[in-house]
Amino acid sequence: MYELIGVTKQYRRGQQRVDALARIDLTLAQGDRLVIQGPTGGGKSTLLQMLGGLDRPTSGRVLLDGTDLAALSERRLTAVRGENIGFVFQSFNLIPTLTAQENVETALVPLGVRAAERRTRAAEALESVGLGERLGHLPSELSGGQQQRVAIARALVKRPKVLLADEPTGNLDESMRDEIVDLLEGLCAEHGLTFVMVTHDSAVARRAPRLATIRKGRITVRENRRTTADRSVVEA
Amino acid sequence: MFFTYLRRELRRRRKAALVVASGLALGIALVIVVDSVSSGMNRAQGKVLESLYGLGTDLTVTKAQERPEAGAQPQRPRFEFQGKEDGEEQSSDRLMVQGFQTLADSTVGTVARQQGVDRAVGGLSLVNLKIDGEFKRGQVQRGQGQQARPAGPDAGPGDTVTGGGAAFDVDSFTIYGTDVTAPDLGPLTTSTVSEGRTFKTTETNAEVAVVDSAYAQQKDLSVGDELTVKGVTFGIVGIATADRGQSAAQVYLPLKQAQTLSDSAGKITTIYVKATDSTHIDAVKTAIQKNVSGTTVTTSADLAQTVSGSLDTAAGLASDVGTWLSYAVLLAAVLVAGLLTSSAVGRRVREFGTLKALGWKSGRVTRQVVGEALVNGVIGGALGIAIGLAGAYAVTAASPTLTAELGASGGGFGGGRGGGMVFGGPGAARTAAGRTVDIALTAPVSVTTVGLAVLLALGGGLVAGAFGAWRASRLRPADALRRVE
Repeated sequence: MYELIGVTKQYRRGQQRVDALARIDLTLAQGDRLVIQGPTGGGKSTLLQMLGGLDRPTSGRVLLDGTDLAALSERRLTAVRGENIGFVFQSFNLIPTLTAQENVETALVPLGVRAAERRTRAAEALESVGLGERLGHLPSELSGGQQQRVAIARALVKRPKVLLADEPTGNLDESMRDEIVDLLEGLCAEHGLTFVMVTHDSAVARRAPRLATIRKGRITVRENRRTTADRSVVEA
Repeated sequence: MFFTYLRRELRRRRKAALVVASGLALGIALVIVVDSVSSGMNRAQGKVLESLYGLGTDLTVTKAQERPEAGAQPQRPRFEFQGKEDGEEQSSDRLMVQGFQTLADSTVGTVARQQGVDRAVGGLSLVNLKIDGEFKRGQVQRGQGQQARPAGPDAGPGDTVTGGGAAFDVDSFTIYGTDVTAPDLGPLTTSTVSEGRTFKTTETNAEVAVVDSAYAQQKDLSVGDELTVKGVTFGIVGIATADRGQSAAQVYLPLKQAQTLSDSAGKITTIYVKATDSTHIDAVKTAIQKNVSGTTVTTSADLAQTVSGSLDTAAGLASDVGTWLSYAVLLAAVLVAGLLTSSAVGRRVREFGTLKALGWKSGRVTRQVVGEALVNGVIGGALGIAIGLAGAYAVTAASPTLTAELGASGGGFGGGRGGGMVFGGPGAARTAAGRTVDIALTAPVSVTTVGLAVLLALGGGLVAGAFGAWRASRLRPADALRRVE
């Protein structure tokens, strides 16, 4: 599914060169779940942006099903994002003037789905995240957890291959956090999605079967022995 | 989605949209008011000029001023009175061509054949000057002890003459010999027949006259009365009232009669020309000047340059200050709208970054931004048109009076200028024939003006949108999302 080969991302901060990612190699198969952890500024979000085709590496290759995202034109890259990759953000990033249903529909617009079908699919997606009664509500009329559910519905409505979540529980309280993580894991398992999540939350991280840590642009990946199979440990 | 998103965004950013739209509205309203007032000025100037030469005349042809031959006296009216008995009344009735410059009436045909000329009509401007009075001889005072007696050749040294002198009444009026076969061209079209009728096309040599209403009132004349000119009696068939200002002449006669009375057979003073295309008058002027020698061709534009007074001042203000001001305000409004739109994009970085992350192409995001700016432009345009129309209506309702002073600097339009009679040499009539016309200013709004306003509104919206679109198109999703972390 994903293969990152020698991915390096450098930034210039004044006269100084910053290595956000340093020769990262990573492989993810279809349906894999990976949680990325690390200190602030370590390169977690940068790696997620590389995976999502939101940014290009300074060097190296980011292969998604054999297509190098780094080599695609902006137009093609946008199309790949629109068709294959779903995003969930820490701040939900909903359009404040659009209703929950319309927000979910925005993910179908680039695919050229007709308005009527858009509405139906958006309603179904919201139903699947438990917001079937809130279709016409504006984000400001929803709680944080509900807004994140709308964002999850928006990410999944186009039936992507990959779901990338950047601190999806960062703005939520604990009870809501578990609810959202349960929902994400459940939906990813149900649809067989490759799921990559960045989080600071160790409790959330412990639930992932694979755990990656990024420090100063370097990645280490390990298998998590205490996975969701042993949820009681996490919950303890 | 485009329209839903557009509608919601405009509703959410109502205040910002109103500020942008109001700025554009102000600029557009100013453009409309200034444009309509300028049109009103032009119309007023047109009316002023029409009052001189009548509706439909695009230019006039008169005889070019000739330099008097060496030693020759300039032409001027001359009156000779015989030495008659003391107190005996003497009179002289002179009918003179205004300006003493005439063209052969065959010139009308020559002018009519020029390229671009639709029609040409000749006319003869005359002045009738009647002087009545008497001389009274002075009394010769002889030396001491002698009786005073009328002065005579036998007055001797030491005698003094006292008393005596002359008392004369001067009565003058202007006559215009009109081509009755062309009633819709020439100076008579500046007046409306208020009583009786105008000339019939068959009355080419009839002894009938149309009299200006002011002159008729002054002389207590009415339809059916008679008027004597140089001993010929004319029946008054109509009273004409000048549409504005002074009339072209006080008495109108058939051209042939005017020519006969003034011993000007086959002569005219002015040719009134209507061009086939009013946008090519300069070309017609050039053609006539080139092909009909010895003539002076005057267009309405030439004459417009002689208009002065408050109308001229206001027209100058409208065309110079007004136009620049309105376009400056509009430009400022567009710039402000552009900056506000760009700033709005700046505040929506996360929103647009998210949409791009979801797969929205830059073009779609740009269209959304331009669409919003365009709607602001349309709202501004509609507001501006409404305010502009109200402003133009207010100007028309107030109808401020402007004064136009015409031809005071000479080079007048043709020879049919009413009240221009003076004594003196050729050309004097031209320089002294200035007149004042009061015109009520209106502010007509044409479809073109409204069309221009719509274009400016859309253009303003597009320019404002371009500011925002440029910023939105340069937005990279990674940067947009990174900035909110």
